[in-house]
Amino acid sequence: MLDALTAIFEALPYLLKGAIATSGIVIGAMGLGLVMGVHMAVGQVYGNRAVRWFVGLYVWFFRGVPVLVLLFLFYFGLFAIVGLNLSAFTASILVLGMTTAAYQSQIFRGAILSLPKGQLQAARALGMSDIKAIISIILPQALRFSIPGWSNEYSIILKDSALAFVLGTSEIMARSHFVASRTYHHLPLYITAGCLYFLLTWIGVRALLKLEAKVRIPGYSQ
Amino acid sequence: MTKPKKPILRVENICKILGGKEILKSVSLSLNKGELKVLIGPSGAGKSTLLQCINFLIPPDKGRVWLEETEIQNRKKRDLYAFRQQVGMIFQDFNLFDHLNALENVAIALRKVKKMSRQAARDHAVAELERVGLGDKITLYPAELSGGQKQRVSIARALAMEPKIMLLDEPTSALDPELIGEVLSVIRDLAQGGMTMILATHQIGFTRSLADEVLFMENGRIIEQGSPKDLLSPDACSRSWDFCSRLNELHEEGV
Amino acid sequence: MDTIFFTDQLIPALNRGLVMSIKLIIPSGLIGLMLGIVIGTLRTFGHSAVRKAANGYATLFRGTPLVVQLFLLYFGLPNLGIYLDAYTAAVVGFILCSGAYHSEYIRGSLLSIKKGQFLAAQSMGFSTFKTMCSIIVPQAVRRALPGCGNEIIYLIKYSSLAYIITCIELTGEGKMIATRTFRYTEVFMVIGFYYLVLVTMASFVLQKLEVRLKIPGFGKA
Repeated sequence: MLDALTAIFEALPYLLKGAIATSGIVIGAMGLGLVMGVHMAVGQVYGNRAVRWFVGLYVWFFRGVPVLVLLFLFYFGLFAIVGLNLSAFTASILVLGMTTAAYQSQIFRGAILSLPKGQLQAARALGMSDIKAIISIILPQALRFSIPGWSNEYSIILKDSALAFVLGTSEIMARSHFVASRTYHHLPLYITAGCLYFLLTWIGVRALLKLEAKVRIPGYSQ
Repeated sequence: MTKPKKPILRVENICKILGGKEILKSVSLSLNKGELKVLIGPSGAGKSTLLQCINFLIPPDKGRVWLEETEIQNRKKRDLYAFRQQVGMIFQDFNLFDHLNALENVAIALRKVKKMSRQAARDHAVAELERVGLGDKITLYPAELSGGQKQRVSIARALAMEPKIMLLDEPTSALDPELIGEVLSVIRDLAQGGMTMILATHQIGFTRSLADEVLFMENGRIIEQGSPKDLLSPDACSRSWDFCSRLNELHEEGV
Repeated sequence: MDTIFFTDQLIPALNRGLVMSIKLIIPSGLIGLMLGIVIGTLRTFGHSAVRKAANGYATLFRGTPLVVQLFLLYFGLPNLGIYLDAYTAAVVGFILCSGAYHSEYIRGSLLSIKKGQFLAAQSMGFSTFKTMCSIIVPQAVRRALPGCGNEIIYLIKYSSLAYIITCIELTGEGKMIATRTFRYTEVFMVIGFYYLVLVTMASFVLQKLEVRLKIPGFGKA
């Protein structure tokens, strides 16, 4: 019992550095997913048939293939074929980002579709171009509605980021596994890893709740 | 009459406090076989709570209930379930089981509670649905029925259990005016067929023509009781008459 | 492209892996769902202590990565003298994890059922247990179906994690061939295709099931 505690205590600074790497992966992936997801959602709702078809295919692929397989496919395969020589850390961000983009696009799409039709019509009636109307009228509303779904997606990607260790990314999971196989204190170290993930989930979800409250428009909710 | 009939249901000194408010203040009543007693009174008087206390859907804080000289021990689950099978209950908002069609709504308790075979339960349920005039609607789901039809299914569901008494909690209050008649006519048939019932309602005309006794409730107490003739006539000078005439001013009712 | 690599090496290995994957997915899916129904019910109607315990379980398993849970079961439990083989550890991990997620959907759908449904059943002499079995759960399962269906799809994909704890299934078989032959792109494309087929088939079946169980006027929670 005592050596288990000592093992945790000694490993903690090392694991916390892993937590920083994990946070980096998650923030990077969520950011990439946000940018891609918004474009894909707009494309799927307002785009022509080819765009809709392409986004549909993208979403089907990335939602149908396990993250683990995607990590291997891109890191060992596709990235090299297109001549990218990426670190495991960057590759993890890209793959998780592309994956969450598929899910995020559906969150944003749902939010856009839930807005009343009159919003776009009113903007057009004021002489706005469709692009301008989408940017300044539709998205500000749709993104607000998307925060709960986004928060959910955050906690999923945070947990998926643990898979980055199979590429050799030195994040929480990789580090706890490394220490565990040295010290044979598997149980306490994985419990510590679990606690760190738990903590990061909690912090992120709290922050997004704060954000949601901050950007809330009075009398406007779903 | 040779000797006084023994009451089939006896309720004594029911008290209930809900959310710090005294809803029922020591209410007692008794019911003879074949009687129809009508509870009237303003909303919030405690009619609904009283009916739900009688079969312990809301456990009363104090008070005792007898069915045919047997006191109900509501702490004994088995006794309680057996008692409830003998007391049919009709709710204001029907409470049909949303995932079952009309036939299954009637049959489910027969199968699960009375342990009847699937076929026997089905036959019995069809018969009960025919009795309330819904023989052609047995495969429809609650969402496909009108309010009046839903309430008739719920009556059939209660009747299928062959209850000794029935408690009807404002069965027509949630219905559109044009649908009230079909439900009242089913209840009238029941009354004329000798079913023992307590009915909470605002249908004064119906009460006047069919009730054996009217119980007027206000603020958690039965403050007047008597025959409709005594209570519901202009020269009775009763609270009941007062209340009913005000109801009638609000909306002229048919029945 | 040499087809021999595919027909002689890759496809037979992947098919072997697929069988293992299915052996992981089916018991985990079924038992996980049942566990989710029990836990979801306890979280909604249990007494305070039971409810707290069930909530704690769900929060814990939903708040930590599945990999961590699998590592705990496979590498961690031996610290306590409990040894699970890779397959058992994987199945137990999948059941516990998906049970926690299912319980969330079940709970949501139970909370959406109107109180009158209880009252009506009780008024006819249903015991609490029978009310749950005949009236409440059948309604709740229908309302929870879209969410639980999604969870089954997740399970199909996350069954790939079994390979990390040395239970060699679809991903594991492929990974070994890819490492040996360095043909990562082809191998993982084909594996991806296998999963796409599985997931698409499962979605199709779930949609059919939803249509089959559909009752007029009885929508999602």
